[in-house]
This record gives sequence, structure tokens and C-alpha cells, in this order.
Amino acid sequence: MDLASTFSIITPASPEIFLVISALTLLMAGLFMSTNSLKIISYSTIIILLLTAILVIQSENTLAFQGLFISDNFARFIKIIIILGAVFSILISFEHLKRSENNLFEYPLLILFTTLGMMLMTSANDLILLYMSVELQSIALYVIATIQRNTLKSTEAGLKYFVLGALSSGILLYGCSIIYGFTGTTSFNGIATFLSTNRSTSPGLIIGLIFLISGLAFKVSIAPFHMWTPDVYEGVPTPVTALFALAPKVAALALFLRVMIDPFRDLLISWQPIIAFLSIVSVLIGGLAAIMQTNIKRLMAYSSIAHMGYSLIGLASGNETGVTSVLMYLTTYTFTIIGTFSGILCMRRNDSPVENISDLTGLSDTHPIMALALMIFMLSMSGIPPLAGFFGKWFIFMSAIDADLYLLAAIGILSTVISAFYYLRIIKIMYFEEAIEPLDAIIDKKSQLALCGSAMIIVFFFLFIKPIHNTAMSSSIIGI
Amino acid sequence: MIKQWLLTIIIFGPMLGAAFIMTFRGKQDRIAYLSRWLALITSSLVFLISLLILVFFEPDSANFQLVQKINWIPSLSSSYHVGVDGISIWFIMMSTLLTPICILASWEAIQKRVREYMVAFLVLESMIVGMFCALDILLFYIFFEALLIPIFLIIGVWGGVHRVYAAFKFFLYTLVGSVLMLLAIISMYCYTGTTNLLTLMQTRFLPEMQTWLWLAFFFSFAVKVPMWPLHTWLPDAHVEAPTAGSVILAGILLKIGGYGFLRFSIPIFPDASADFTPVVYALSVISVIYTSLVALVQEDMKKMIAYSSVAHMGFVTVGIFTMNIIGVDGSILYMLSHGIVSSALFLCVGAIYDRMHTRAIKFYGGIAKNMPRYAIIFMLFMLASIGLPGTSAFIGELLILTGAFQVNTWIAAFIASGLILGAAYMLHLYRRVVFGKLENEKLNTILDLSPREIAIFTPLIILVFCMGIYPSIFTDMMSASVESLITNYKAALDENAIINLTAR
Repeated sequence: MDLASTFSIITPASPEIFLVISALTLLMAGLFMSTNSLKIISYSTIIILLLTAILVIQSENTLAFQGLFISDNFARFIKIIIILGAVFSILISFEHLKRSENNLFEYPLLILFTTLGMMLMTSANDLILLYMSVELQSIALYVIATIQRNTLKSTEAGLKYFVLGALSSGILLYGCSIIYGFTGTTSFNGIATFLSTNRSTSPGLIIGLIFLISGLAFKVSIAPFHMWTPDVYEGVPTPVTALFALAPKVAALALFLRVMIDPFRDLLISWQPIIAFLSIVSVLIGGLAAIMQTNIKRLMAYSSIAHMGYSLIGLASGNETGVTSVLMYLTTYTFTIIGTFSGILCMRRNDSPVENISDLTGLSDTHPIMALALMIFMLSMSGIPPLAGFFGKWFIFMSAIDADLYLLAAIGILSTVISAFYYLRIIKIMYFEEAIEPLDAIIDKKSQLALCGSAMIIVFFFLFIKPIHNTAMSSSIIGI
Repeated sequence: MIKQWLLTIIIFGPMLGAAFIMTFRGKQDRIAYLSRWLALITSSLVFLISLLILVFFEPDSANFQLVQKINWIPSLSSSYHVGVDGISIWFIMMSTLLTPICILASWEAIQKRVREYMVAFLVLESMIVGMFCALDILLFYIFFEALLIPIFLIIGVWGGVHRVYAAFKFFLYTLVGSVLMLLAIISMYCYTGTTNLLTLMQTRFLPEMQTWLWLAFFFSFAVKVPMWPLHTWLPDAHVEAPTAGSVILAGILLKIGGYGFLRFSIPIFPDASADFTPVVYALSVISVIYTSLVALVQEDMKKMIAYSSVAHMGFVTVGIFTMNIIGVDGSILYMLSHGIVSSALFLCVGAIYDRMHTRAIKFYGGIAKNMPRYAIIFMLFMLASIGLPGTSAFIGELLILTGAFQVNTWIAAFIASGLILGAAYMLHLYRRVVFGKLENEKLNTILDLSPREIAIFTPLIILVFCMGIYPSIFTDMMSASVESLITNYKAALDENAIINLTAR
């Protein structure tokens, strides 16, 4: 094989290749640099991610590596969200890393590696790449979770995440091997062809599919596979929680969508009830369990479980409308999470971070702008118009009604009222109560910028629905 | 040009004022002072501009007028589409009138976070006017639910002792109703492929679908009206809200339910509306009699007026579902009248609450001695609430009863008993508060109404008499729209009857 044809095979994956080469170079450079390397490396990673984003936008719709890797509109849409999430988490962890005594230049690089894993997840078109990319993403995340190795809480959370993550990877792999055993292929296209030619499917294949769903549900933290989420969210440092809440979930959900809609579309009738059940359980557990929380990070963990449950409603519809709605939902989710976690990062008292909901008491008196922004995020997450979250919900429930899933839609929409209760509780604490001991003034300009910026985006989202929805619609066809 | 943009200016004008208030910097006192004045000026200007609607409106046409349509989400065929017709015009006018009154009423009563308070009120005005103007069902829903946010804050931040409970109850009650409506709206969109109200009005939904959609809409509007047994949020919200919040709640928010029935339930789901009419009648009769009885035993002035509101809204729903011109005309008039009279009653309670900081009926007695002007104004509105001939409520009640009598004599008889009970509790309230011996020593120093307060009451007094003596000013504007509403409804039912007949 000559050089030119090799080159043409790998070009579709140029964003990922660029990312991995630059990450390795930076890793090397970091080792040889002096003590002050964190700042330079952080900014370089951001530049690299932005360049990768440009490469992603310019890439074409093709298959690569003998159909192992796929680059389509859907993958591009998700990759942009992932990169946005990664850039955000590097930006906000800057202040935090500067304060911690050990000079952790590896942290931004690990984010690069996990981003690489996530990008491959969205482009996986084969069970092998599916598993490999999930592992690449997870292993980097295990290290990130324990990055504060001298605190008990962080290491405990990291260990929990590792054990449960390894378990779910095992389940995932087991599912993949069963599917391979029954279809004789690992390629998504091959499975799709197999299913469309063999009308009668063996129960073994369904069992394999259930294992696969369970493994993916672990990664997306869908109830009843959600147990790790609150503990990990609470234990790890807040910038890491912000990372966990956004990019890995989006990537895993994208993989979930691709696997279900692309190769297993013909089994819709088998997996639709499973997905519908998972989403109902998630929205209910996410809504009910969050009511009792006192720690805002735990609350956000349950809230993210509920949000992922809503996204699954879009998946349960199993058609392009459903995929569009998930993409819309994830877009709104991204900005709300960015904003909310910037807000949580700004919560400091006596120069150390605090994370109880009660610490927000009377925030509207002491920090009016932060309180207003947090209120906007809470209302957006409870789906009150005209904020972004409302439109996410609108599209999700539209896809459910479109697919005649009326019961699912009704339960889902009633559980938004349950969720509204705990979001309102935060507003109550900020606005209806008097401040006892005010938080510190915000010093981190980057978090403040992210806070105000995403609040503006969420408020004025209704002006940009037209282009975003059009893009989402054109990205909703999975596969080429 | 001005005609096209008029409604948009009225909808977003207050919001612009609110944005301007947000930019103030400086000392707390100065910000408060500037916010008060700017809010008053903005809302008064909006009221003056909204008078132009009356100038441009052509009463003979049943079509939507002053329409503006801007494409918004083409993939959903949703647009920013606003317009007025005879049904919505007076609600819009009332909203723009009551907002400056509310701001004046809070002039001294609100001392903490004045800026935020004024912003909340102006945003609320925008949402309310937008909701009454919206001709796109998605747009309507956005305004309809967004107005929960400012009200939630107004009750929760500036309310009384149990404000948190009241604010949550109000928000969650309304939210349950409105998310069901959202589901119905989405189903309608999936069925027709558009959210345009005018198209939806011409669509005939399948009868079974109509039933479900009607129920979802009904649930949402019944919470807003509020109708027994979904009314329990109202007394709490009223009691805890600051005076101006109560005024907006009673004056405008309670009208959303009735407006929703007229705008959505009846024209879009005529068959289901006809089927469910007995249910509405039954619930309304219970509302009228039960809540009147409850009002009789209240010890809190605001709570009593709140329960009386529920009873009065029972009249309105009966009037709407009589489905004849007299009844519907009557219920719109009655809604307007109730908006003025009960707002004024809440202002009356607020006036003495501001002086004495209690609303307990027991505390008062014999205040006519020290507050003669107040006694006269309170009496006037008390009598208007009972429905004394010559006041606005009388016309509404008369029309509703006439309309109901044509449909069902029993219903008319039952709700008429509500009038007697209404007279009983209002007179009882008035006697205990204003007449009698002045026994409480704290009341010796109570001051009569200030010029500011008289300025608040004057426009309301004028309107009460205006509607009571010459109601045609109001009915003329809406007659064409109401007629077309009834005609279309009857036509739809007749068509259905023919289909059924041929099917046999």
C-alpha cells in the first residue's frame, strides 16, 4: 500500500489524529518544562481543542479504516458539544489547579485524552472501536477522578468510579461478544444487514443487546445503573464534576443513540420498551431522590440522571425526530451545565470552596448577578419557558408523541413538576431567605464569564432556535 | 406601520423599562426612588399607548386586528403572531391599566428590594399582555407559563409570613395544569403540523382526541380560574402576596382561565366542550355555593375576598358554557367587573393593612369614625361586589343569569343563591370592619386615605359606574367576536349532528 492511499484512508479521522499527536507532544514537553508549565500547557490544550473543532467542522461524510470509523453529521454535532465541554472544564479548573500545591500539568492533558476517547466513541462504527474508545475515555477519567490524590474523598470517589466503571466495561464487553457470537460480525453495518436479512432473531441476540444496553446505561448513568453518580460527583473536586457532568455523558449518549438506531434499528420493537422503562425510572429517581439532597453537587448528580432520562425518551421514539430532539436537548443541557457548575465554582467562603445548598442562603442580596444567573439555570432545567430548557423538553416530548408513546410522555412531563420542586427550592433559598454569612466575592473571572455568558445564551436561546434546529435536523440521520 | 407594531410595542415596552431599571447604579435609596418613578412612567406610557388599540380597533369585524406575524421557527411552522379581537381587547386594556395602579399601590408598602420588585412587575405586565395577544399556541404557552416566574418571586420575596408555602403551592399547582396543556399542545402540533391558532381553529380534531385534549386544557385553565376543587392555592396566594400582587392575581390572573376557555377550548374543541358542559356546570355550582359558605366564616379579610373571587369565577364559567351570546357577553363583562372590583377590594384591605399591619377582621371595627373617605370608597366597592344595580357587577350577573336561565333553570337558580350568600358575607365584613363602636384603642390614630390612595381608587370608581350605567361601550367592542364564536360553535355542532345522522 503506497503512502497516498494510506493517507486517504486516515484523513477522515484527521481531527482525532491531530488531537492524539498534539497531546503526546505536549505530554513530552510538559515533562521537560520548568515548574511553571501548567499555564502554558493549559492554554495550549485549549488552542489544540479549538483547532480540532475546526478540523471536525471541515471533515467530510465518509467511512474510514475499513468501516471501523465513521464520520457523519451526527458525529460532528456531538463532537462540537464534547469539545465545548472539554474547553470549558479546562478553563474553569485553571484557578482550582493553581491553588492546589502540586503542579498538575497532566490534568489538561488527561482531558485531551478523554476527549479523544469520546470523539472516537461518537465515531465508532464497530463493536471493537466501541469498546476501545469507551475504555480510552474511561481510563483517562479514572485518573482525573483521583487527581487530588492527597484527599480522602477524591481517592474514594475515584476508586468507586473505577470499580463500577470496570464492572460496566466488563458487561459491555460481554454484550459485544454475545452479539458477535450470534451475528458473526462486529461491524455495525454487518449487524444491520444480518438483522434485515434474518427476520427471526434468536433470544441470545436480545440478551447480548440487553448486556450492551446495561453497559452503556452505566456510562450514561441511567437508573437503575446510576448508583455511582452521586458519590463520584460529590467526592471529586468541583471542576472535575463539571467535566463528568457534561462531555462523557454526551459522548456515551451519542454512542447509545448510534448503536440503537443504526445497527439495531430492526429490533426497535424489542428494545423500545426497555429504553422507555429506563427513562421512566431515571426521571422518577432523579426527581424524587434530589428532593432530599443538601449538597448541591449531589443534587446536580440526581438532576443529571433525570436529564439523561429525558434524553432517553427521545431515543425511545427510535426515529430521526427522536434523534433531533436528543440533539436539541443536549445543546440546551450543555449550556445549563456549564452555567450551573461555573456558579458552583464561584461558591467560596473564607477562601475555601463550599458546596451545601444552604450556603446559598440570601445570595440575591449579596451576589445579585450570580443569584439571577443561577435562577435562570434552575428555571431552565425545570423547563420553564422562554428559557432554553423548555425548548429541549418541547422537542423531546414532541418526538415521544410523534412515536405514539403517550404514556411515556405523560409520566415524563409530570415528573418535570417533581423536578421543578427542588429547582424552586434553590431559588427559594437564594431569594426568599436572608443572608446569614455571605459568600466571598467572586474572584475567578473565567467562571464569572462562563456564568454570565451561558445565562445570556439560555435567556436568548429562543432567538437561535431556527439555525440550531435546522442543524440538528440535518445531523439526525445516523450513518451515511 | 404603527398599527402593525402597536401590540409588539405594548408587549415589550414594559420589558424595556425593566431592562433600563436593571442598569441603575448608586445608593440604595436613590435606586429605589428612580425605580419607582421609572416603573410608574413606563407603565403609564404603556397604558396610554394601549389606548391606541381602542382607536384603531374596528368593532364590526370579528377578525383579529392589528396583526403582526414574524416567522420564528419555520421547521415547526411557529411564528411570532399577535393580534387582538373583541374577546381579548378588554383584557389587554385591563392589564395595562392595573399595572400602574399596582405600582402606585406599592409606592410606600414596598421598602426592600424596590428595584427587583418593579422589574418583576414590569416583566409580569409584558408576559400578561403577550399572553392575551398571542395567536400562536406555542407563543401563548410561553407567555402563559413564563408569567409564573415573576408572580412566584412577588409572593415569595415580598409576601407575608407563610409566603414560601404559598408561592410553592401556587407555582406547582399551576405547573401541573400547564404541563398537561403542553402535552396537548404538542399533540395538536403533531396532528396538524402547525402551532398557528387560526389554522387550529379551523381543524376538526377526531372526537376521541378532542376529549383528551379538552381535558388537558380544562385542567390547566380550571386551576387558573380557579374552579372547585382546584382552588386551594388561591386563598394562600392571596393572603400571602403583597397588596399589589393580590391585585394582579385577582384582576388579571384569574381571568386567564376564562379567556383560555373562550379562546381555545370552545373554538378548537366544540364537540368536547358540548359534551363536558354538564361537568363544568356542576363544578361551577359547587364553586359558587361552597366557597360562598366558606367565605362567610373567614376571619381574615383577604381570605374572605379570595374565596369570594372563587365564587364569582363560578359565575363566569357558567356564563361561558351557556354558549349563548347573552351568557358569554355577560361572563366577559363580569370578568372585567370582577377584575376592577376585587382589585379595589384588595386595595382597600391593603390600605388599612399598611396602617395597622393586620388583616384580622376582629382587630377592626368602627373605623368609619376616623376614616370617612375610606368608608365611602370601601362601601362602594363592597356594594359593587354584591352586584348592586348601577354598578358593573350587576350587568354581568344579570346577563349571566339570563343566559343560564335559557339553558337550564336549575343552574340559574343555584348560582342565583350565590348572590344572596355574597351579599351576606360582604355586608357582614363591612359591618364588622367599618361600623360599630370603635373599641380598639390602636385605631384612634388611624389616618384617612392620602391623596395618592385616592388617585389609585379614582379610575376604578369611574370604571365601575361606567360599566354599570352604560355597558354598551364595552359590549359593542366585543359583540362581533362573541357572535362569531357562538356561530362557529353552533355550526360545528350542527355539522356533527348531520354526520351522526348520516352515519346511522
